[in-house]
Amino acid sequence: METYRQILGGLPATLLLGLLAFAIGAVVALPLMLARRARSLALRLPARAAIDLLRAVPPIVWLFIVFFGLSEVNLDLQPFPAAVIALGVVSGAYLAEIYRGGFMALDDGQVEASQALGLRRRDALRFVLAPQALRVALPAIATYAIALLKDTSLAYTIGVHEVLFRANEQAQLGTGSPLAILLFAGALYAVLSIPTAVLARRLDTGMRAKVAR
Amino acid sequence: MLSHWSAWLPSLLSGLAMSAKLAGASLLVGLPLGLALALLVTAPPWPLRWLALVVVELGRALPALVLLQLAYYGLPAIHLTLTAFVAATAGLGWITAAYSSEIFRAGVASVAHGQHEASAALGLRALDTYRSIVIPQGVRVALPALLGLAIQIFQATALAFTIGLPELLSQAYDIGNETFRFLSVLILAGLLYAVVVLPAGALVRGIELRLGRHLRPGQR
Repeated sequence: METYRQILGGLPATLLLGLLAFAIGAVVALPLMLARRARSLALRLPARAAIDLLRAVPPIVWLFIVFFGLSEVNLDLQPFPAAVIALGVVSGAYLAEIYRGGFMALDDGQVEASQALGLRRRDALRFVLAPQALRVALPAIATYAIALLKDTSLAYTIGVHEVLFRANEQAQLGTGSPLAILLFAGALYAVLSIPTAVLARRLDTGMRAKVAR
Repeated sequence: MLSHWSAWLPSLLSGLAMSAKLAGASLLVGLPLGLALALLVTAPPWPLRWLALVVVELGRALPALVLLQLAYYGLPAIHLTLTAFVAATAGLGWITAAYSSEIFRAGVASVAHGQHEASAALGLRALDTYRSIVIPQGVRVALPALLGLAIQIFQATALAFTIGLPELLSQAYDIGNETFRFLSVLILAGLLYAVVVLPAGALVRGIELRLGRHLRPGQR
């Protein structure tokens, strides 16, 4: 029983890492998405390059670049902040594309109607387009949040004491069968992702009705 | 930096070859299984249906890293010891099967009902209807999403680092350990992933546009 209590002890780290990375990503994604949609090429091209590159390289490689790579240039980060930064920035790129997808799903008539009402571009974005785009994007955002929660397990490779790290620790100490221990860890992730998945499905059906298209 | 890079390139490229081999093997195992699962989750006998559903949901709910470790560190507990490559193929193959089954299912469901009726009218048996009418059309619809999944699986091969498979990330990490130049070697490894993934992604988008041509009247 002690074995499993030890693994459960990794839950706060897993949840906090997922939550912080998601929060960073949700914020970083906003300027990224706006730059990606900008009319000026000088904004659009670098934003696009950054988003594409962040998504093309596997997250575990970014994790290693932030943790092992930055220490080479004397920027020593603790494992937990390194994982938060790496997963947060990568999430920013994915969420920027999800936000953008939400905007692209809106009807052109929404922009035209805002102009006809004399709204400035910024106000149209803030009061008309963004609230609708967010609703369209919510299911995709929830799906991404689940993927991110599973990706927090990557942090075990740089020594963050989260669920999978503790499971490996227990397996190596030989306090139980590695199969049972890893299955238990896997079940924890599954249990954590189920409520999010149910919520996502409910949002999907609920939000669709509230968007004018 | 560049002189280092050219010295490291051979071993990184051999790692990339291993990553590609693992991705290929995982897809080879996972895609047929995914198609089978897609057909089974709608199968009439409920035990089969439930079994398929459990396999799919577990493959989607468990982190890839956990599946790899289960296959490599977990299975020896029931006297099934796999090499790193086989374990990684099993783990990523399972994930491929789980995610692709959803894609196949959507593809098969998109085939118009009239196709089933027409096949029945022609006197085709259910098996033949699926084999020569429904599946070919469904797979065509599913193709862009399947190719997207293939790219994700290629990226996920980096996780095999944790079970000691000498793929691209492992090679980069080893070089980092020998030279203490983690930043430059990891950036080079990252660029190698990007060099494969970015053109592949562009290709998939091109295929998607081409396959969707008939849905946009007036555009050729």
